[in-house]
Amino acid sequence: MTTADIFLWFTAGLLILSIAAYVFARNKAIHIENTEGRLHSRPNFFGWYAVSKILTPAFIIGFIYSILHMSGLVSQPQALLAIVFITAIINFAISIKHIQRNFRARQAVEKTSKRLFFIAALISILTTIGIVFSVLFEAIRFFNIIPLWDFLTGTTWNPDTAFLIGAGRDEGGAVPEFGSLPIFAGTLMITVIAMLVAIPVGLFAAIYMSEYASSRVRNILKPTLEILAGIPTVVYGFFAAITISPLVVKAAEALGLHADFTNALAPGVIMGVMIIPFISSLSDDVIRAVPQPLRDGSLALGTTQSETIRHVVLPSAFPGIVAAFLLAVSRAIGETMIVVMAAGLRPNLTANPLEGVTTVTVKIVEALTGDQEFDSAFTLAAFALGLVLLIVTLVLNIGSTIIVRKFTQRYE
Amino acid sequence: MSLSPQLKRRYRADKRFKFYGLTAIVFALCFLIFFFVDIIGKAVPAFEQAYIQVPVSYNQSVIHNYNRAIPKEYRRLVSKSFLRTLGQKLEAHPELMNTTQEEWALANHRVDQFLKGHEGHGLKKKYRKTVEQMYQDGKIEFRFNTNFFTRGDSKMAENAGVLAAAMGSIMVLLITIAVSVPIGVMTAIYLEEFAPDNRFTQAIEVNINNLAAIPSILYGLLGLAIFINVMGVPRSSALAGGLTLALMTLPVIIISTRAALRSVPQSIRDAAFGLGASSLQVVIHHVLPLAFPGILTGSIIGLAQAMGETAPLLIVGMMAYIPDAPGSIFDAATVLPAQVYTWSSESIRAFEERTAAGILVLLTVLLSLNALAVYLRKKFEVRW
Repeated sequence: MTTADIFLWFTAGLLILSIAAYVFARNKAIHIENTEGRLHSRPNFFGWYAVSKILTPAFIIGFIYSILHMSGLVSQPQALLAIVFITAIINFAISIKHIQRNFRARQAVEKTSKRLFFIAALISILTTIGIVFSVLFEAIRFFNIIPLWDFLTGTTWNPDTAFLIGAGRDEGGAVPEFGSLPIFAGTLMITVIAMLVAIPVGLFAAIYMSEYASSRVRNILKPTLEILAGIPTVVYGFFAAITISPLVVKAAEALGLHADFTNALAPGVIMGVMIIPFISSLSDDVIRAVPQPLRDGSLALGTTQSETIRHVVLPSAFPGIVAAFLLAVSRAIGETMIVVMAAGLRPNLTANPLEGVTTVTVKIVEALTGDQEFDSAFTLAAFALGLVLLIVTLVLNIGSTIIVRKFTQRYE
Repeated sequence: MSLSPQLKRRYRADKRFKFYGLTAIVFALCFLIFFFVDIIGKAVPAFEQAYIQVPVSYNQSVIHNYNRAIPKEYRRLVSKSFLRTLGQKLEAHPELMNTTQEEWALANHRVDQFLKGHEGHGLKKKYRKTVEQMYQDGKIEFRFNTNFFTRGDSKMAENAGVLAAAMGSIMVLLITIAVSVPIGVMTAIYLEEFAPDNRFTQAIEVNINNLAAIPSILYGLLGLAIFINVMGVPRSSALAGGLTLALMTLPVIIISTRAALRSVPQSIRDAAFGLGASSLQVVIHHVLPLAFPGILTGSIIGLAQAMGETAPLLIVGMMAYIPDAPGSIFDAATVLPAQVYTWSSESIRAFEERTAAGILVLLTVLLSLNALAVYLRKKFEVRW
């Protein structure tokens, strides 16, 4: 029996039982109402009560079984299905027995539904825990092979021999090196280029939309700019690699410079364009949240509109704008497809944006999409890089949340 | 009255500042136009495909070696995908045996690219004259490229299409909807309507905001480590991809549903409570129907985002070569953006225009989804 079969039987069996239970319980309730007088709850609640009685133990048993199964303790799908269906049928009978004129079915159903809502809310917590642990465990295994300090400060990334060792064919050749400094440097360079495009354009666009444009123009401009954020990153990656990179190479040639086809400039600029709407929309919101009396007061003192914006509005909105920047930086660092398609694969410690560099996300994709042994240091390195990425973006996000919270308190 | 020089300077600075703002907007809009013109310009040729008229001689040797069906000088001009079907065709129609038919065949991608005038077409010099002559004689013609919409991926560029990827996308999206919408809406209901205001609730809220900003590739690592390695979901399957994307979309749906629930005025809840409804009845009968348009809009936007996502799906292995639409959610599948990515890394020139055409299909779907969301929001927007 494959997992798919078990799943199918489990769902189909419970679905049929639930429908039967609902119809049966509801009919019994209606019958009681017709013969004995008005029920405590509406007949529907009796139906749902029976359904909840069947599904709750079934899902608990299924959950426990899958945990045991994953830890390799049991593997008897037939027994699982048998237990699930027998308990379900017993509970079916019990719930039907419970149905009496003054049984508080509504309260019972509401209690179960509220529990269900709570469990749903727990899933988001589980997701975070899942991300942290899935990255952390493999990363720790990696740091058992390669010391953390060498990983963070080493300047050569040369893992080519790692898979030989992983395959038990350590022939005493070159030792794999996992110095990730050139990778961090590449990420930093592309992020800086992206910000050099996104911050001025995004901020000035926000100022224009919130302070100069009429509300009609603004209502057209804002969604139009947001199209930029809705374009899939794989499309930007293609555009950067096929259209922008050759343009950069040609432009560099015209200036007498040499540029690689995998230069850092093309993905950087395109990533910046992608991020414009993040900055413009968030900044537009905070600029509009600045109270009008501040502007009126400033204008009444005889300043021009631009002086009001520069000396009164922007300083008031500054924390919110900084928060938007932080979110944008975190977005740029974690962006994957643009750099995978348009940036290089070779780690390169350079300050020249015309050369190819590589980034953290590129290395993660490279390590996990190849046909490497899962346990080799090469694939584990992806998780170590993922851990760094997770920590950096988390710090940026939390920083921006704190700043925003402080800012919103100021004008409330 | 004349203005003082200082005032003139300030006025000039004022105009300049406004001009910078306008420049920023114009830059972004120009980029958008340039981008769409470029992509559409690259994609349009892919919707036409060259077909070539060749004499096909059906005989016994064709069954063993399909190359023999076509005279040598045309053999390299016809797509292999056409040649490969000849044996089956002969079995299905035995009356064709030992006849020669003039047939329209799918042309090789080199012929196609050569006639479209693209550089790097790869057609050998000795064939170029023949091809040009045949084109003038009407023996090669361009037809609408239906294969692109009715076939899956193929190693033969002229035969590659988006159908398998589109089916994969639909499957993945259905799983994402089935998992993320109910859980997201229930979480939002819990947080907005039932949760006590304590530390734990606050922790959930902070956590959800953080999840919304975590890079998508980390969800891929989660999917790989938890769904594939621990739970044993088949690698590359629509299920693995759908579950991963569901977790990624969850925060978007929670945040938009909460906003929609919050916009329902308190007076409606109070009125329902006043008539004796229980807290669950208030939510299910009154708040949820009123918040429904907002929930729908938020879900569509979240799902459009998921549909365009590639990075986490690469990590869970959804970039395999998939020539046929997947039969079930456990089979290896690919999705539109991943198909775009695999085509973009092909070196054959004909794949470039197919990549652009795939992008055009993807963008059309995504922009229509977003437009639908905007339309629904406008249509059902209620001002209390």
